[in-house]
Amino acid sequence: MSLSLDDVKRVANLAQVEVSEDEAHTALTQLSDIFSLIQQMQAVNTSTIKPMSHAQDVMQRLRPDLVTEIDQRKLFQSIAPKVEAGLYLVPKVIE
Amino acid sequence: MFNFSLKQLSGLLSAKKISSIELTGEFLKRLKTLNPGYNAFITINEETSLVQARAADAMIAAGQAHPLTGIPVAQKDIFCTKGWRTTCGSKMLSNFISPYDADVVERFNTVGAVNIGKTNMDEFAMGSSNETSFYGPVKNPWDITAVPGGSSGGSACAVAARMTPAATGTDTGGSIRQPAALCGISGIKPTYGLVSRYGMIAFASSLDQGGPMAKSAEDLALMLNVMAGFDVRDSTSLQREPEDYTRDLEKPLAGLRIGLPKEYFVKEINDDVARAVEAAIAEYRKLGATTVEVSLPATKLSVPVYYVLAPAEASSNLSRFDGVRYGYRAPDYIDLSDMYRKTRAQGFGAEVKRRILIGTYVLSHGYYDAYYIQAQKLRRLIAQDFIEAFKQCDIIMGPTSPTVAFDLGEKSSDPVQMYLSDAYTIAVNLAGLPGMSIPVGFGNKNRPVGLHLIGNYFAEAQMLNVAHQYQEATDWHVRMPVQLQT
Repeated sequence: MSLSLDDVKRVANLAQVEVSEDEAHTALTQLSDIFSLIQQMQAVNTSTIKPMSHAQDVMQRLRPDLVTEIDQRKLFQSIAPKVEAGLYLVPKVIE
Repeated sequence: MFNFSLKQLSGLLSAKKISSIELTGEFLKRLKTLNPGYNAFITINEETSLVQARAADAMIAAGQAHPLTGIPVAQKDIFCTKGWRTTCGSKMLSNFISPYDADVVERFNTVGAVNIGKTNMDEFAMGSSNETSFYGPVKNPWDITAVPGGSSGGSACAVAARMTPAATGTDTGGSIRQPAALCGISGIKPTYGLVSRYGMIAFASSLDQGGPMAKSAEDLALMLNVMAGFDVRDSTSLQREPEDYTRDLEKPLAGLRIGLPKEYFVKEINDDVARAVEAAIAEYRKLGATTVEVSLPATKLSVPVYYVLAPAEASSNLSRFDGVRYGYRAPDYIDLSDMYRKTRAQGFGAEVKRRILIGTYVLSHGYYDAYYIQAQKLRRLIAQDFIEAFKQCDIIMGPTSPTVAFDLGEKSSDPVQMYLSDAYTIAVNLAGLPGMSIPVGFGNKNRPVGLHLIGNYFAEAQMLNVAHQYQEATDWHVRMPVQLQT
């Protein structure tokens, strides 16, 4: 499998990371090297193997559907880049 | 005193021969003198440390001392620490004062340990050399032209240079064991699920595991007694009876069966490392252990599998850094999407962005089955190899890293070479097993060599026993760099 410059730009766009033309070229070379390493995986036939997502086969714990968090809005907003009247400020989305 | 074990320091404190204020003051003094040359710490907060020391002295005076009460412990800067700047080695969190404590931090606070500072690390724990830190690389105390390893390079350096008696680390693909090996100290990555991930900034959640780093196995056991335990706030935390990890330290090793994977002793391993590891295994035979060859055929797939799964999970975990609620925000932008893209482009370093791109790609439409699902299937094969091997042996041994510490800058421009240096440690995270590294000698340029111990699930007490018995018979773990001896 070979990556193209367009692939790199498309993925950067999906990941919401701005990349310059230069960075995209560098990323293309490095990602191509990494993907040729990853490619070794395809040599193994795994049709009968179940995917393993966690090391221990444990069930997800459930908890009662109750509010457990306390209101810490002031503390949390004290470290935010921009807040006003208890709201997080971002650039206008809708005109 | 700087070379004392935790038990010795604890003894001095409980006998009132020294107060925690004095002990903390001494370590802070040493840390402030040495750190500019090594860059092991990102943040120190003397006043807060001394307030904690005073409280510890009160606990001791009141007869409420725990073995770690009053003892300075450094926290890897990945653990959220209330009121402390917690950067995770990134510009993205350069202004982040954590509003809460990680479970691990809370546990140390509860027993009255003193937080002596936050240690440097590869950005978001992504790296094997500590060179991806936004706060600059850490130097190896044995040779300042060498890397300390990573990602817990600051913690490893701080312990090796005796700037702190012990430290915490985290290990996603070897980040406790590899720097421990390269800096000549001891470190253990517990079974996945033993130490809570609550407040430990996430890299690859199904692999991340916190653990202690210290001079000896005995110290690690005391640290693990504090760190391990069920936490309802971590959905993967395991509900088990609490254990005393010091309980088996003194057990003799007669009859111990050591498995030596034939795949670990191949041409990739450097001669100097092989010699030190073989000498350590010979020492184990003297202690009454026997060795048996085992095979881990799928181990060669570990690096490719890891570099699909870890970036995939990272790309998802790191999507939370958007410049809205906390952390860095780009100064100039034209709209919301531009704000996200510029914030992330400026706030993340090159290695982090590289892994976000890999992860986004392998999870994207059309590639999910070929990469992500295939990697998860191979992960099971890797784990099954270990389960088979443990039918023939009690513990597996090999080198922690195929080479001693490499030079600063040597591999930083070649990601693939850097990734391959973690080949031995990665399989253990994929299988979720406990792994450990202890110093067993020196290789080229007099740089330390680590022995890798891999145990079965929940075999931490046994592994600490196996390491402790070796350390009773040898003195590698108490050696320190000549220029740091006082």
